[in-house]
Amino acid sequence: MRERAEAAAITAGALLAALALFALFLLANGRDPLAVYAVLWLGGFGTPFSLQATLTQAAPLMLTALCTAIPARAGLLVIGGEGALVAGGVFAVLAGLGTAGLATAGLPASVGTVATCAAGAAGGAAWIAMAGALKHLRGVNETISTLLLNYIAIAVLNHLVSGPMRDPAVSLKATSWAIPQATMVGTIPGIGVHWGFAFGVIACLLAFALLRFTVFGFSVDVLGGNARAAQLVGLPIGRLTLIACALGGGGAGLAGAAEIIAVHGAASSSLAVGFGYGGILVAFLSRQNPLAIIFFAILVGGISASGGLMQRRFDLPDAATQVLQGMIFLCVLASNAFYGRIRLFQPRAVAE
Amino acid sequence: MNPGDIGWWGVALAVAGGAIRISTPYLFVSLAETLTEKSGRVNLGLEGTLLMGAMSGYGVSFLSGSPWLGVLAAALAGAAFGLLHAVVCNLPRVNDVAVGIGLFIFGTGLAFFLGKPFVEPRADRLPVWPLGGWSDVAAIRAALDVSPLFFAGIAVAFAMRWALANTRWGLIVRAVGDNAEAARTAGYPVNLTRTLATAAGGLFAGIAGAFLSLSYPGTWAEGLSSGQGLMAVTLVIFARWHPLNCFWVSLLFGGASALGPALQAVGVSSYYYLIGAAPYALTLALLIASSSRRHRLVGAPGELSINR
Repeated sequence: MRERAEAAAITAGALLAALALFALFLLANGRDPLAVYAVLWLGGFGTPFSLQATLTQAAPLMLTALCTAIPARAGLLVIGGEGALVAGGVFAVLAGLGTAGLATAGLPASVGTVATCAAGAAGGAAWIAMAGALKHLRGVNETISTLLLNYIAIAVLNHLVSGPMRDPAVSLKATSWAIPQATMVGTIPGIGVHWGFAFGVIACLLAFALLRFTVFGFSVDVLGGNARAAQLVGLPIGRLTLIACALGGGGAGLAGAAEIIAVHGAASSSLAVGFGYGGILVAFLSRQNPLAIIFFAILVGGISASGGLMQRRFDLPDAATQVLQGMIFLCVLASNAFYGRIRLFQPRAVAE
Repeated sequence: MNPGDIGWWGVALAVAGGAIRISTPYLFVSLAETLTEKSGRVNLGLEGTLLMGAMSGYGVSFLSGSPWLGVLAAALAGAAFGLLHAVVCNLPRVNDVAVGIGLFIFGTGLAFFLGKPFVEPRADRLPVWPLGGWSDVAAIRAALDVSPLFFAGIAVAFAMRWALANTRWGLIVRAVGDNAEAARTAGYPVNLTRTLATAAGGLFAGIAGAFLSLSYPGTWAEGLSSGQGLMAVTLVIFARWHPLNCFWVSLLFGGASALGPALQAVGVSSYYYLIGAAPYALTLALLIASSSRRHRLVGAPGELSINR
């Protein structure tokens, strides 16, 4: 309990510090920080419309954050969310195209939707599991391998959509064949946000339960805390590493599938727009806790979503939201120095 | 045969010329990362540093009319970003790789924020040395228009190699990077050494950015960098933390980047993207082949978090 209060207080302090720094930055650029923050609130959370845009942004961020957070619990620093999202998107499109004949076979279209999501998650899971396998079998550093896999995934995507999978009818931008309209999903009734958001929330809740209440979760935390101890008590390190990577990659792959079935309908370079890197930010803000990811993905999504309104109202470049996110990231990382330093949160010495 | 029409030789020439042109930013960022990693830290944020360098270089060149003043500004901006990385990493319990990703996001955002006014105007670009003047073939002359920064990069590679091996400073950097505890016991300031090495690395990464905006491609726009800064870490592994190898690896990556467009120019475009990604696949293959569960990569500094 005390530890959680410490984490919440220090993270809140880091967020306030970042907001103060960004306020100074705005002042130096001749803008009124309070007015900008009011618009940031309005553009991210203040109206039903802006909240919809925020949750739409938060959906892939939750899922790509899991790609960093779950392996991090096993002591790995995976930065391959972008590649896993792309791999998931490509697999989802392939599955969507492959199940296009379902209607003629008399099966409901929802089978195609499920197959598309499953293929996306499996594609992302396999993509990051590769990095886990390389780590376990050959000792290849997972941070470097997932970084390389990001570039390889994006190159394969560009290759496929500009050649073998290209739909020649779309001339504006290299795009793959579109999946059947019936396979696409609409919005969640009542809130007007696409189903990817529900996927994200459910995935985070499941990941939280898995890590918190199961033997697997406990073993992964032991492995992440001390690999040597995990080895001494006989934990199956290879299997835990592989599963943690596959689960994380599966999350990011599902994000790719959701972008396909709910937003794009076809694969193109629009898949690789940085949700993978945003997910790393969300994972670190959440201190790798899946429950916290839901909250911080919405926060970061809201900052991104407010960019348009800030640009119109204050003539601030779009990149302003990225500057703020960078400041938040750096402040949260720097705040690690304060753990164990605040007396309020330390266990009291027992009086003699 | 018409002397201007050189067919497949044109592809080879374009690759060679591209290797020289495109390798320069690779060379500077890999040298930057080598110096930082030799001191025992990883800076994954060189992409942000590179873009800050590109933006400040272009902006100062536009405002002052002197591209060389732009290079100086880029170097200073890069050093400031290196310093920022070092200062945050000097705090206890802070993960250097994560700080790098933070700086990547922050630097990219800041560069596009501050660089917005410079997207339209044309800044003066850096001169090139026309080393191909002896030839009548336009393609050879184009391939041999070499930026002075290319030679500056080679000079830095030699100087870094010499300084790391032969000077007191080089010895301290290597000692701190190989075993911080031993270096501290011997009385060397670990954090200060790493701070200076990271700041110097940032300076070189800033120059790499200035090359992008002031020489080739020679403009300031989004999408200017194709991830050269992010790739620095893998180039250094490929070069086995050796400054002179950085040069060869940069030529290889530069040539590979030029191969796709060169083939496209003669009508072969089916594998454009895959050829562009070949160096990444090659690096991964090299990592798989040379890694082991039992020992570190050959040549890797002992303190490197990314190789343990």
